Amino acid sequence: MGDVAIRVEDLAKRFGPVAALDGIDFEVPTATIFGLLGPNGAGKTTAVRVLTTIIPPDRGRAEVLGHDVVRDADEVRLRIGLAGQSAAVDENLTGRENLQLIGRLAQMPGRFIAPRTDALLDRFELAHAADRPVRTYSGGMRRRLDVAASLVHRPPVLFLDEPTTGLDLQSRGELWTMIRELVDAGTTVLLTTQYLEEADRLAHRVAVVDQGTVIAEGTPVELKSRMGATVVELGYGEQQQQAVKAADLVARLTPGRPELEFGTVRITSNDGSRILVDTLRSLDAADLSPITVAVREPSLDDVFLALTGRHAEAPGNGKHSTHRGDQ
Amino acid sequence: MTSTAAPIPLPLVRPRNRVNRSLRDAIAISRRNLITYRRVPQLLVFSTIQPVVFVLLFTYVFGGVVSTSLNVPYVDYLMPGVFVQTVVFGAIGTAVGLATDVKSGLLERFRSLPMARSAVLAGRTFADLTRNVFVVVLMTAVGFAVGFRVHTNAAMFVAGMLLVLLFGYSMAWIFATLGLVVGDPETAQAAAFPIMAPLVFASSAFIPVSTMPGWLQAFAEHQPVSVTASAVRALVLGGPTTSYVVQTLAWCVGILAIAAPIAVWRYRKAI
Repeated sequence: MGDVAIRVEDLAKRFGPVAALDGIDFEVPTATIFGLLGPNGAGKTTAVRVLTTIIPPDRGRAEVLGHDVVRDADEVRLRIGLAGQSAAVDENLTGRENLQLIGRLAQMPGRFIAPRTDALLDRFELAHAADRPVRTYSGGMRRRLDVAASLVHRPPVLFLDEPTTGLDLQSRGELWTMIRELVDAGTTVLLTTQYLEEADRLAHRVAVVDQGTVIAEGTPVELKSRMGATVVELGYGEQQQQAVKAADLVARLTPGRPELEFGTVRITSNDGSRILVDTLRSLDAADLSPITVAVREPSLDDVFLALTGRHAEAPGNGKHSTHRGDQ
Repeated sequence: MTSTAAPIPLPLVRPRNRVNRSLRDAIAISRRNLITYRRVPQLLVFSTIQPVVFVLLFTYVFGGVVSTSLNVPYVDYLMPGVFVQTVVFGAIGTAVGLATDVKSGLLERFRSLPMARSAVLAGRTFADLTRNVFVVVLMTAVGFAVGFRVHTNAAMFVAGMLLVLLFGYSMAWIFATLGLVVGDPETAQAAAFPIMAPLVFASSAFIPVSTMPGWLQAFAEHQPVSVTASAVRALVLGGPTTSYVVQTLAWCVGILAIAAPIAVWRYRKAI
């Protein structure tokens, strides 16, 4: 076990009446990926903004590589990179100019800036557009430039605030590979995401954040075993009564309680395939065969339901915010 | 944990001393803002068309009506006022530019970088000063084209233009704060105009204040736009200069002493 790269103790931040952070604690060992998982408005971005010295906390402490984010802000800034929704690039500069500007302002010695910029433009497949203003870039290119900008000065600690939101599947996969390579080389990464899959695939440890507090923390395996690794959904369409009967039957067969919603019976379990076979057999015998059957990985919404008993919702709006695009 | 204690990589940075850093960072930001003016020429074109239109309108429409007590053609009275008006309205660009950076999230990134806290504002205002030099030169050409003549000498004219630029620079700091506070380019534009309009129009920039009602004269005579316009007029057309120039310098120093710390404080504070 290496040293601690990021240490957060009882961190709190209010915006008027809203407690964006309400006393969170966690530690991130060096050269690991830590995921902050939660819906919109959970406090993830606020945590990143405090840790990257953009805003001061109201209470508590945070350290990056042993430097306090309030007292030694400049020492922290020399060691971090930031990308994602709390950062941006300049629309009117070219991709190359953006990276060079960030390099200069990050206090890189001049002779490193040009080679480093070229290398990053190549690596993020932006070399062909390097000398075009960013306003001509596609959304995916902009995102890649944003991440490249966070890496110019080769920071040992990297903050990625929902880095893959708005990326297509291929770019997302490439970014994941790149993040893993950085961590293999010793970089520590704190990543916020709304996607359980992303946290699962990338992070060594995950903290689930809700309304400014950490409601669960552990390895992805630990978290998933707490709520069931597979979700089985039995759809009954308009046949609500059939669904109710099926739910009653399933409740007797499985340890957990199935969830019933709009003619769909949802079972979360660690043993999806066995549950599926057992329930389908029993349902068929009772003449309650479902119209549709789906087996899937749990979503953030499922994690929330398991941990809090309610759906993942942004405060103040009743909409599900599990799979939203750019905010 | 599987981490086999890879050494913490060293960042490619070299911390610099405070003064060196402030200067380098301000230059970097300034260059960035000037690139924007080059790449989005509309920003520059529209801010120059307006004063040109003013010169033409005032010279040819009101020129026959307005009588000045200075015994010079109206265009000679008008041009010093136009120079001052140009840099005052130019400060809208400072507000809009900073508001754009707040809105885009670029300032957030800057605040996470180990750059001098003064650099964004110093760079912005310096870039806008450079833009003002360009606009003042252009307006001089337009002025000469419509008959404006310097009655003193070239050195006095240059001194007058330096005074205009200094005044524009101090105004930029007031509107920098506005841009940071509203944080939205359209709002910044809308909010700046009602502050600027009375300063520019209830002044001696275009017409002598003696034609205004008494209660307005008290304001119009002493407010900074009038004082600066009068100083430039004295320098360009002749007459006693000391009092107006000293008053202008006092206004500039006073505005900077108050507006700059407020702007920096506002920048340091959360956005």
